Amino acid sequence: MTNHGLTRRFALSVGAAFATLAWLLPGRAFADTIRRRLPWAADQSDRPDRLDERPGYVFLTPAEASFIEAAVARLIPSDATGPGSIEAGVPRFIDRQLAGRYGAGDHFYLQPPFPKGLPTQGWQMASPAQVYRAAIPAIDRWSSATYGAAFASLDAATQDQALRALEDGKAELGGGADAKAFFALLLQNTIEGYFADPIYGGNRDLAPWRMIGFPGARYDHRPFVARFGEAYPLPPVGLTGRAEWRRHS
Amino acid sequence: MAAAAVDAVIVGFGWTGAIMAEALTAAGLNVLAFERGGWRNSSNNFAVTFDQDELRYFWRHHLFQNVAHSTLTFRNKPDQRALPMRHLGSFLPGAGVGGGGVHWNGQVWRFLPSDFAARSHNLERYGANAVNAAEMTIQDYPVTYAELEPYYDKFEYLCGVSGKAGNLGGSIQPGGNPFEGPRSREYPNPPLRMTYGPTLFAEAAKSLGYHPFPHPAANMSRPYTNPLGVQLAECTYCGFCEKFGCGNDSKSSPQTTILPVLMPRPNFALRTYCEVMKVELTRDRRHATGVSYIDENGVLSFQPANMVILSAFMPENVRLMLLSGIGPPYDPRTGKGTVGKNYSYQIVSSVNVFYDDKITNPFIGAGALGMMIDDFNGDNFDHKGKGFIGGGFLGALNTGARPIETHPVPDNTPKWGAGFKRAMADNYLKTVPIITHGAVMSHRTNYVDLDPTWRDVRGRPLLRMTFDFTDNEHRMSDFLTDKAAEIGRAMGGREIKVNKRSGSYDITPYQTTHTTGGAIIGSDPATSALNRYLQSWDVPNVFVPGANAFPQNAGYNPMGTVAALCYLSAEAIANQYVKSPGPLVHA
Repeated sequence: MTNHGLTRRFALSVGAAFATLAWLLPGRAFADTIRRRLPWAADQSDRPDRLDERPGYVFLTPAEASFIEAAVARLIPSDATGPGSIEAGVPRFIDRQLAGRYGAGDHFYLQPPFPKGLPTQGWQMASPAQVYRAAIPAIDRWSSATYGAAFASLDAATQDQALRALEDGKAELGGGADAKAFFALLLQNTIEGYFADPIYGGNRDLAPWRMIGFPGARYDHRPFVARFGEAYPLPPVGLTGRAEWRRHS
Repeated sequence: MAAAAVDAVIVGFGWTGAIMAEALTAAGLNVLAFERGGWRNSSNNFAVTFDQDELRYFWRHHLFQNVAHSTLTFRNKPDQRALPMRHLGSFLPGAGVGGGGVHWNGQVWRFLPSDFAARSHNLERYGANAVNAAEMTIQDYPVTYAELEPYYDKFEYLCGVSGKAGNLGGSIQPGGNPFEGPRSREYPNPPLRMTYGPTLFAEAAKSLGYHPFPHPAANMSRPYTNPLGVQLAECTYCGFCEKFGCGNDSKSSPQTTILPVLMPRPNFALRTYCEVMKVELTRDRRHATGVSYIDENGVLSFQPANMVILSAFMPENVRLMLLSGIGPPYDPRTGKGTVGKNYSYQIVSSVNVFYDDKITNPFIGAGALGMMIDDFNGDNFDHKGKGFIGGGFLGALNTGARPIETHPVPDNTPKWGAGFKRAMADNYLKTVPIITHGAVMSHRTNYVDLDPTWRDVRGRPLLRMTFDFTDNEHRMSDFLTDKAAEIGRAMGGREIKVNKRSGSYDITPYQTTHTTGGAIIGSDPATSALNRYLQSWDVPNVFVPGANAFPQNAGYNPMGTVAALCYLSAEAIANQYVKSPGPLVHA
């Protein structure tokens, strides 16, 4: 693995205190001196990662998956207004996010220690994957102590009550888990999965976009700028098109 | 083997780096630019086939500075413990070629003539008590609006700004901003076509006696060829502008205005994925000999240069000065020292207007598309008895409505659950947001220095930011928000929602990327780090373009003024400094 060599040279040359090179992005950073040209090469486009299409979960354990499925189903429930988190594929989105670079905290500064900060100082936790891994069992322990069962086994009204206790920071999770911060993260990731492009595993069949009227990954709205007050006539489209466009064999 | 010396090294290759490189190579200098990120262009990095990706570009920070590599620490007050900003939120600095100029909105403003005399103007109009000199550390610029006018003009024509002049040589023009300083000529392009929401705002604002005008936009209202011969395409109003690159080459950026001309020049080279560690100085700290930099293999090298331009964005510019020992660090207890002084920001708020009967299609947008009023910016109105100085613009800005970010729901809507979903479904297409964009004055205890504890991946101290809003800002922002609400109510919707900015500054929610100060310009080396040509008073072969130069912030987006100051500096370097290196101003 070439990273070892890089790490050694790095450590030798600057005596850096940090052994891991989290900053070395998978984007393969190579120093280059560019002269007398505008660089361009074929097959260099910086496309988004391909979704891991394997069935089931990659990151979440069965117990974690039970919690996530139950919690996101309350955050955006299924009803006559439109799809809920489950139909939209939010649990799979969260799983794939946590399994990947985001979960590892590739855009987070994660040098320890992690003292508790002021609310205005923002995120003072480990990587998103570590936060989920620590918080879910703590929530289930708290839920069992408070309501007599793990979160996923509670009825919907009690689940909502439990989520409100997390949201307000009233749930004492112990073990350093921050209920309020975790709830904010879970809600944010749920909304991301619901409304992000389907290439990330959620927003199934673009139904959440259709529900609110967002037309998606279109890039030319010039014909519609001056049509004040008119409903936009085209259906939503994702980066890979629409389900109707794809041939199934 | 020692590298050959170049005439100028440029540290950071965003807007100011590209402007400097173009101007100095045109003057015949040998220029080498360093960029810690990589090369980026429209077709490979934000093509229209995958650019409309809200998750990756905004929420996963794909084009932004990666704080895993280097961040800053933050606290509100000097007696608190600063902690690292572990995730970007409040502001979004760029990374890679083009810097923040790739993912900006393209909001190109000029400051008001009175903004350049913030201290003397306010003292003169409102008396000695208008400015508490012990706490509010505002200063006049060492340059006037009239002196900067040709350079504002130059940047607006480079960028092909779409807009309507409000003041041509002193003559007020209908449809433009009547409060702006005099312009030498009209904008290079007419205003963008206006969408429904801003049109409703403008009608209401006008009915109340205010003076709405189209926001000046570096988004093309028509195909444009700039004075360097670089062509931009007409904007398609896709709504993925702010926080995104433009796949359509319709938004001005270094890539779409300068690089096609600069890159082929034989006296220019760009070194990517190389980070400058510090500026190397002679033992007496009066002269820079070059920069030490590290490549991605961790190899440390020295690049000799006759001149060093720090153009790495405000926080990194100031950190590099502090790490290198350029100029005396600021001490908030004594007020002495200059580097790190007068860190400032902006204060923003908003009002949402909700309709039952009007579909506004808010997803149709462009970065700087909207209708604004400037009636309450700067000193465009009488502040007597109001308890604050400064102001801001406000209006309906239609940047697009990406749905992970944009949740226009009425007051008392739950944040989750069936009620939240219902409110999104009912209101998403029928709202108009009004934003206010207020100035922040500089203050004795708002500053930056080197953190004593926390380090970046290279082992260097992080910059420590100490910042909070003061009463002046809260009073001003509340005043602007009340005006926005007044107009919002006049827009004839079902209801409005007022989102005031209250309490201490919070580094988490996105506000603006307009961090300013820390290496400010002035006329006295005792109270400023740079002279009017952005030249260090202490190390005269170091120049530091960027919003770090603002003695305090104004109620406008900074880029127009950043660029104007940069052009003024570049011209002075090419015409005066090169012939006779040394201080361009003798204090």
